[in-house]
Amino acid sequence: MLAKRIIPCLDVRHGKVVKGVNFEGVKDVGDPVACAAEYNRQGADEIVFYDIVASHEGRGTFLDVVRETAKQVFVPLTVGGGISSVEDMRETLRAGADKISINSSAVKNPKLISEGAEIFGSQCIVVGIDAKRDGRGGYTVYANGGRIDMHVDLLEWVQEIERRGAGEICLNSIDTDGVRGGFDLEMLKDVCARVRIPVIASGGAGKLSDFATVFEQTDATAALAASLFHFGELTIPQVKADCRSKGILMR
Amino acid sequence: MIAVIDYGAGNLFSVCNALKYLNIAHEVTKDADVIDRADAVILPGVGAFPAAMDSLHATGLVDTIKQNAAKKPLLGICLGMQMLFDRSDENGDCDGLGLITGEVHRILSKRVIIPHMGWNELVITQESPLLSNIEKPVFTYFVHSYQAFCDDKKIIAYCEYDGRIPALVTDGKFVFGAQYHPEKSGEKGLQMLRNFEELAR
Repeated sequence: MLAKRIIPCLDVRHGKVVKGVNFEGVKDVGDPVACAAEYNRQGADEIVFYDIVASHEGRGTFLDVVRETAKQVFVPLTVGGGISSVEDMRETLRAGADKISINSSAVKNPKLISEGAEIFGSQCIVVGIDAKRDGRGGYTVYANGGRIDMHVDLLEWVQEIERRGAGEICLNSIDTDGVRGGFDLEMLKDVCARVRIPVIASGGAGKLSDFATVFEQTDATAALAASLFHFGELTIPQVKADCRSKGILMR
Repeated sequence: MIAVIDYGAGNLFSVCNALKYLNIAHEVTKDADVIDRADAVILPGVGAFPAAMDSLHATGLVDTIKQNAAKKPLLGICLGMQMLFDRSDENGDCDGLGLITGEVHRILSKRVIIPHMGWNELVITQESPLLSNIEKPVFTYFVHSYQAFCDDKKIIAYCEYDGRIPALVTDGKFVFGAQYHPEKSGEKGLQMLRNFEELAR
């Protein structure tokens, strides 16, 4: 049986962590490498780096962060933001990423999923999704960080992602993201019912029990959070202890 | 010094990062002399079995590896572990190194997601120096679609994935194989690499 995973996500801009991370003992709260190392020490099962600027000029700095982190962090590293070609994927994997995450570029060019899976293997390809209720009982997929409605039906999109060979889906609900009222259980259930590949829950974690709840009530295999961990409101060991006490398998 | 075999099909990068982090002397090499004078050997590997065996044959190192495996510790990682066995049927039949008796086939279960990817718990069935100073439970990071089938005597630890998957195997002497990635398995994975270096001393 695979353990459920707890994944902290670090948003990086110009080589610095956005919103800084308040860790005791970490002096430079903006240093992504130090933050990733601290998450590793806390027992994170995987670490996600997201390049939120994703400009061509800033690419080198961002990949330096990935390269440096890979020298100090020995759990899987997923890297996303600004990856829109097979070449970008190759460059990111070479920098030390174990998986690459694509989002808007996959919606705009779904072939990128199949090409990436073919060349690097399904296990390397995570497709991130930003989705929102459409007001008619369904969900629609957004691009560009949730700014552009792509008018793509979420439940059809996840099946296409699986068919094209992606290894994982990271599902972020725009409706619950930032609200801190818990993960979007309804959306997760609907997506998990349609695919066999692992689904990572993202967006909405606000309190300790939200993590155990998402594992108890949906088939999500991992839960991702950012600010909750950054601001030190919850630590990864706390989250894992709560899940374990409820009978959920954790590393 | 540990020789990390470079045959163009392994992901040497993360193994070397881990060895460097641990201050373990190592040399990435395709040179038989370096392997002969090394204290131990690591055989990494990702990708498909026949392609990796072809690349290994192309380096001309197969005999060197077999000779060294009889007298110093050798650790195969992931596909490198699978290559230690007699043969695999990934993309057609292909002979392996034959250092551990057994075969490699696709994970049988139809009820689980393939690839087997994520953190799974080792069920330890045999004591091994590779696992010393590591507290239970031991979860390690797996990414693979094929698995070994071998005698229980060769298995140090397995994991449950709707069936048993050999996770850490040995020939009973110098040869070890980890189906998981110790270099991606957090602190406990790093400890296994330290333990391997200890063996080489």
